[in-house]
Amino acid sequence: MADANKLRHHYVVRLTHWLTVLCFFALLVSGIEILISHPRFYWGEAGNAAMQPLFVIPIPASRATVPTGYNFVLPDQNGWSRFLHFQAAWAVVFVGLIYLVGGLVTRHFRRNLLPAGGDIPRFQWPTEAEGTSYNVLQRLTYLGVVFVAFPLILWTGLAMSPAIASVAPDAVILLGGQQSARTLHFVLTVLLVGFLVGHVAMVWLAGFRKRTRAMITGDSE
Amino acid sequence: MNQSRRNLITTGLAAAAGATGLAAAGKLADQYGLLAPDSGGIYGPGEALTYASQKLLTRHSLAREFRRDQISKVPFVNGPPFQAAAFKAMEANGFADWKLSIDGMVAHPGTISLADLKRYPSRSQITNMACEEGWSYIAEWTGVPLLHVLNEVGVLPQAKYVVYFSMDKKWWGSIDMDDAVHPQTLLSYGLNGGELPVGNGGPLRLRVPRQLGYKSVKHITKLTVTDDLKKFGAGGSYAWYAGI
Repeated sequence: MADANKLRHHYVVRLTHWLTVLCFFALLVSGIEILISHPRFYWGEAGNAAMQPLFVIPIPASRATVPTGYNFVLPDQNGWSRFLHFQAAWAVVFVGLIYLVGGLVTRHFRRNLLPAGGDIPRFQWPTEAEGTSYNVLQRLTYLGVVFVAFPLILWTGLAMSPAIASVAPDAVILLGGQQSARTLHFVLTVLLVGFLVGHVAMVWLAGFRKRTRAMITGDSE
Repeated sequence: MNQSRRNLITTGLAAAAGATGLAAAGKLADQYGLLAPDSGGIYGPGEALTYASQKLLTRHSLAREFRRDQISKVPFVNGPPFQAAAFKAMEANGFADWKLSIDGMVAHPGTISLADLKRYPSRSQITNMACEEGWSYIAEWTGVPLLHVLNEVGVLPQAKYVVYFSMDKKWWGSIDMDDAVHPQTLLSYGLNGGELPVGNGGPLRLRVPRQLGYKSVKHITKLTVTDDLKKFGAGGSYAWYAGI
């Protein structure tokens, strides 16, 4: 085993990374299942099949009341999907807290994510050689996912809850309404899936086996 | 001692402390009525956390109420209306024979006619009806607060839940006492200034605006006050608590 100081990734980062992967896929699959029950999006407080949508996902729906243009209805999967979605949401919040505390204690954010002053963000193709530090664009992307996209997807998710809305109505109004929150929740999901695709593509280019092993065992060699 | 051994010991201690803490938290939550009735099984932890946290947060909160100009043009009707012959016959008669029976842990079980319910003090509120599927509409609901009806029949102190049944046997639901006595929980018979249409749950719908639409069961004919939900079941395949 390599010396802890020379490890590529701290064990808190490795643990929370893979737990986040697990939660993300649970949230994504269950989220898609929930979306299928009403693949229409609106802006404002209220929205339903009798109202003008902002945009429509051109897929069949799991409810007969939704006009989709398809002459069949998919099976309803909202039972397990909703249970899994909220359980995974709780899990990812706890994982996020561990990561946040761990990141502060180990100075992960300052050392590995905050770009140094004077660094210019520009795209660099990953190389096998640069295995010990993140480049500036990479740092900014990770910071954006962790400190912008993650809190926003949590906020927009909570803003759909009638109970949370009863306690913090401004959290819904600020987003433009309950249906706007739902629409933004979807847009953020698309952005995060885009990040996932880009992230895996970059890992692939940088040497998939080596980088994946580094994220599992921590070894940088 | 090397780093990984120390990490392992720390993790082990944290896990043991966590397990002990969880058991204690569960006991405490149950004592304060914060344990959801469906907090067992693989999705139990998520349900338990959602119910306990939202219950603590929403102890004194009111569902959002909207301006008149925010009312949706169409109060969306979700699917074909209830078609049973007995129901159609009552509808043809203007629901003059509609009755609500109340039993269980109450001092005076009995039956109240729809006409009598309409003579009780009423409340109107413009709230959002949000379905778990993702759609919603804003409408003005008029009805008698469930609290008033519960006071009329006298709820026994050990009661913990109110179970409500639709004439459509596929549907029933239940809420805890905090939601049952909440000022916005209505036995609703009016929508947007008129009678509550059958498609929206007429002639009587239990409106629980701090939870998703599936807890607002249509065509209500019976209430049962109880301290145990085991013999009733959750009422469908969704989470029992729908404040999410």
